[in-house]
Amino acid sequence: MNGKTVIETQELTKVYGEQVAVNHLNLRIPQGEVFGFLGPNGAGKTTTLLMLLGLSEPSSGRAWVCGFDPTREPLKVKRVVGYLPENVGFYDDMNAVQNLLYVSRLNGIPDDVSREKIEELLKVVDLQAEPKKKVGDYSRGMKQRLGIAEVLLKDPQVVFLDEPTLGLDPDGANQMLQLIQSLSRDKKITVFFSSHLLSQVQKISHRVGIMIKGNLVAVGRIEDLAKEKLGVGQESYTLEEVYMKYFKEGQS
Amino acid sequence: MKGILTICRKELEDHFSSTRFILLFTLILMVSLVTAFMVGTGLRDELQGVAKPTFVFLMLFTSPGKLFSLIQFIAFFGPLIGIILGFDSINRERSARTLSKLVSQPIYRDSIINGKFLAGFVTITIMLLAIVLLISGLGLRLIGVVPGPEEVWRLAIYLLISIFYISFWLGISILFSVIFRSMATSVLATIACWIFFSFFVALGASLLADAISPVDQSAAVSNPELLIQHEKIRRVLSLFSPMTLYSEATTTILDPLRKTTQSLLLMGPMERLSITRFQNPLPLSESVYIVFPHLISLVAITLLCFAISYIAFMRQEVRST
Repeated sequence: MNGKTVIETQELTKVYGEQVAVNHLNLRIPQGEVFGFLGPNGAGKTTTLLMLLGLSEPSSGRAWVCGFDPTREPLKVKRVVGYLPENVGFYDDMNAVQNLLYVSRLNGIPDDVSREKIEELLKVVDLQAEPKKKVGDYSRGMKQRLGIAEVLLKDPQVVFLDEPTLGLDPDGANQMLQLIQSLSRDKKITVFFSSHLLSQVQKISHRVGIMIKGNLVAVGRIEDLAKEKLGVGQESYTLEEVYMKYFKEGQS
Repeated sequence: MKGILTICRKELEDHFSSTRFILLFTLILMVSLVTAFMVGTGLRDELQGVAKPTFVFLMLFTSPGKLFSLIQFIAFFGPLIGIILGFDSINRERSARTLSKLVSQPIYRDSIINGKFLAGFVTITIMLLAIVLLISGLGLRLIGVVPGPEEVWRLAIYLLISIFYISFWLGISILFSVIFRSMATSVLATIACWIFFSFFVALGASLLADAISPVDQSAAVSNPELLIQHEKIRRVLSLFSPMTLYSEATTTILDPLRKTTQSLLLMGPMERLSITRFQNPLPLSESVYIVFPHLISLVAITLLCFAISYIAFMRQEVRST
């Protein structure tokens, strides 16, 4: 993957009162990459995502997403970036099409264009069967898939997925990961996602970053990290071992 | 601008299809129609064989009938419309986790709160316009008097004042929906505010006036200045209640014979003379002149309230968790 850089941060820092949520983060992600963002809860992953989206202002440092500074030009960033928050919410009294239509109107897509697109996307995420069903009656997995459809609605160049597999059953999680993989493979969309399911992250990501207590302690291809930390060659490690090693070092 | 309109449109759809709105609208419509009917039939009987006063039509709205007049009713229960339209506007999105989704769309963040306020404003306008037109229609049939252009103008101004009065309460409820995460807290806080400003301020004003400038009967006779001072303090304090502002403004605008918003006690000698000697109605421009400060104050507190919620909303961190 040697495309142009779509996400870049320089010394990006966020401080909440006394607590440093993100500490001088330097990151560079090329186009089309699937980047797994790992770390324990409260490590600053979501804060980083929010800063990259322009929803939260960095205390210092800068970031660029597709060439735009999210602090100064948040609208331009939001136009090309899809964001799936952790525990995505929908308007429960509307059906899937109505929910997606609302989002596409907010993106300024004309209704006749988006109607076709919604139909197509619902097929992609396998939700076309019950178009009249209220989203309030959806299962967790269905909502998460609808969230992916919503993110794809605006033809993003980059998608940020915050814990996309959280609370999904193994089958649902697998489907989700395949979907994520296909985004990068088929549409050249850069995927930046955080997850706790390390074995699955290992399967689909090109590179991972490990964040502990606001510090990015490791970033790179999994096999390189494994070589460095565990001193073992191909296929004889799991991401979990690597992660735990970093995690223990980070804690001490 | 597109973002505001999209949000406004969705909010309007929500308002008009929500059960609570339909219930509230039905209730207010029914009470208004019943009141108007009673007032209308009463007026018809009273006017039998009597020379017609100049502004019969406006009496439909101002005369108390058997229970209360229509403008009193709106003064009391209008705020409820605003409260019900706004109390969960922001915190519902927050608890349904749709707020973080909205702010990650390519729209300005203030479009969200602007769109919601605009939708509430439009809903209030439609509702009040419908009620006033329905009552006018009913009145036309009942008393058979066609309103003159001046009466139509007065009704239009009344409508405008009422829209701002109710929008003020919409602003308050949106403010609390920004501040409080829980919908129950925000609705309780808004209702507490409503009760305080609508009912307790008037009571408190008399008490405070008594405390600041006590009047006993014997002193009042020898020193009328004292009485006037007491009344002035009471009046100024009671104007802190939007309901007082609203009632004074609307009764003056709808009753051309009222030449001041002040009580009889505070009128100057000329005003008192004019009330007893000259039973002529005020021209519209003069009525507007009298209530202009009230009108401006109502618009100002509405905008102030909205501005505070706007700032509170813009400064809030949006976290999905």
